[in-house]
Amino acid sequence: MNSRLKANIINTTSIILIYIILVLLIRIGFINNYYEGILIEMGINIILAVSLNLATGYLGQLTLGHAGFMAIGAYTAAILSARMNLPDLPLLLVSIVLGGLLAAFFAFLMAIPVFRLRGDYLAILTLGFGEIIRVIILNMKITGGGKGLSGILPLTSFSTVYFITVITVTIFYTLINSRHGRAIISIREDEIAAEAVGISTKYYKTFAFTLAAFFAGVAGGLFAHHTLVLDPKDFNFIRSIEILIIVVLGGMGNLTGSVLAAIIITILPRLLMGFADWNMIIYSVLLIAMMLFKPGGLLEKREFSLNGLLSGKKKSHGNTPVKNEGSE
Amino acid sequence: MDVLAKFLQQLINGIHVGSIYALIALGYTMVYGIIKLINFAHGDIIMMGAYFTFVCIVTFNLPIGVALITPVILCLLSGILIERVAYKPLRNSPRLSALITAIGVSFLLENVFFKKFGQNPIPFPQIINPSPISLGPLQISRITFITVLISVLLMILLDLFIKKTKPGKAMRAVSEDPGAAQLMGINVNSTISLTFATGSALGAVGGILYSIAYPLIDPFMGVMPGLKAFVAAVLGGIGIIPGAMLGGFIMGIAESLTKGYISSQLADAVVFGILIVVLSLKPSGLLGKNVKEKV
Repeated sequence: MNSRLKANIINTTSIILIYIILVLLIRIGFINNYYEGILIEMGINIILAVSLNLATGYLGQLTLGHAGFMAIGAYTAAILSARMNLPDLPLLLVSIVLGGLLAAFFAFLMAIPVFRLRGDYLAILTLGFGEIIRVIILNMKITGGGKGLSGILPLTSFSTVYFITVITVTIFYTLINSRHGRAIISIREDEIAAEAVGISTKYYKTFAFTLAAFFAGVAGGLFAHHTLVLDPKDFNFIRSIEILIIVVLGGMGNLTGSVLAAIIITILPRLLMGFADWNMIIYSVLLIAMMLFKPGGLLEKREFSLNGLLSGKKKSHGNTPVKNEGSE
Repeated sequence: MDVLAKFLQQLINGIHVGSIYALIALGYTMVYGIIKLINFAHGDIIMMGAYFTFVCIVTFNLPIGVALITPVILCLLSGILIERVAYKPLRNSPRLSALITAIGVSFLLENVFFKKFGQNPIPFPQIINPSPISLGPLQISRITFITVLISVLLMILLDLFIKKTKPGKAMRAVSEDPGAAQLMGINVNSTISLTFATGSALGAVGGILYSIAYPLIDPFMGVMPGLKAFVAAVLGGIGIIPGAMLGGFIMGIAESLTKGYISSQLADAVVFGILIVVLSLKPSGLLGKNVKEKV
């Protein structure tokens, strides 16, 4: 228990320290608006990747419709926040939570047909659901249809995204290391054996899928109040695939890997801006190369641990200890 | 009579698009059947087929026969090359890594053509005289006739190839059990290459026919037909060749009827809706066999 406590203290301190440093840098103007925007996007991508990792990496079900849940959360939150009268922070929190809940509700409904299927059939079905959500949003009045939804309040700030991201990662970390998390992982490893030892696979599949959708919806809500304009095109299946790229790049079933990969994938296109119209070509070549040389993901199965790094028990597998969630 | 004529007209349009989807879907389903990979780059083979044809006709002014054969051969070679470079090293890796690589290849092809030809759609040269043939109250364009004819012919040839020839039998053997096939003296690597070659060639033909039907080509034109063809392959039961053909026609007809009677914007939603209904009733596609799991 003692080492656990120590790990918790180290992690909490470093999370707060990183926050203070980043806020100071923003205050003195070292991090300007543009970079702050990138930090916010990083946080959103981390939430999306970590939540998809639960469904795809830990539960082992390839889903290609994550952007659909993000869209539900984004539009719901944006529409609600424009119609409610609350101070800024509670307004943001209430609307993104409601957005997340609606996304989770739809995921719950979809879970019934989705989990009758296996493997790639399941993947393509979730892709279908994602596209249907997008087409429906495109054809609704309240969402602004193809013209997009504008006039969204700028409620997302660096601090809110930072803490919501930390909370999300902590929740997922705790979940995965709990009894329920082990049940979810056992379904990935061997569904029949899991069922045989008395794990209700139906319950845990639905639970993981719904929870992943909830956080995708929350990320969508943050995204809406950050970009301030929503276009159904932002949520096409390419977006789902981008999130999947982060998960696979970080390593399936590796939370810290997802966090690290989300940071890299958010920065990479910006770093490549200097190459002008070569940037996307370089990006895709890098993507192929990374997969060819590291097919198991950047961190593979090893979780990055700041605590382990400090006590010198483990080698580090990343250079930037930006966020981490404790020892194993 | 008018109502019936309109219906038949939509049906014919559906068969037209459906035959193109079927051709493209064959490439997906063959590759999936043999290496269990959703080849996301297949949609871009369609695009490449269209651009190569454009270059052959407009830039090099080649005679029409050569200008239509060259792109097919080029796509066939690209298919083999893509498999060798990007997929073969990952054959024993987690399947998702290969999937992400396929997506990477897809991005790469799109952006290479984007860089070369720019974002703006280019008008595709008119190859077939579009003047319609009248059949009673129906107007059937020559394009439709030729497209359906070529597609059906290719599908019959493919079927004969798979069933009657040695390489075709090798393909079926490898897709059933690569290990056993290898023990029987089949060269698994060259069979996989052959599968990619066949699929890509069919995709190229599909791409040319698609751009004749919708004569504006852009670097991202392969994404939507690719996705729909893939859905068609899943609908029919992925890995099953007649399933891809059936799925393609169903998709085309459903799309055309929705566009004609409900709303063109909702066509994509209806297409995916059909997929969801079919998969809910038959979890392994229309022609798929439900394999019981043995412990």
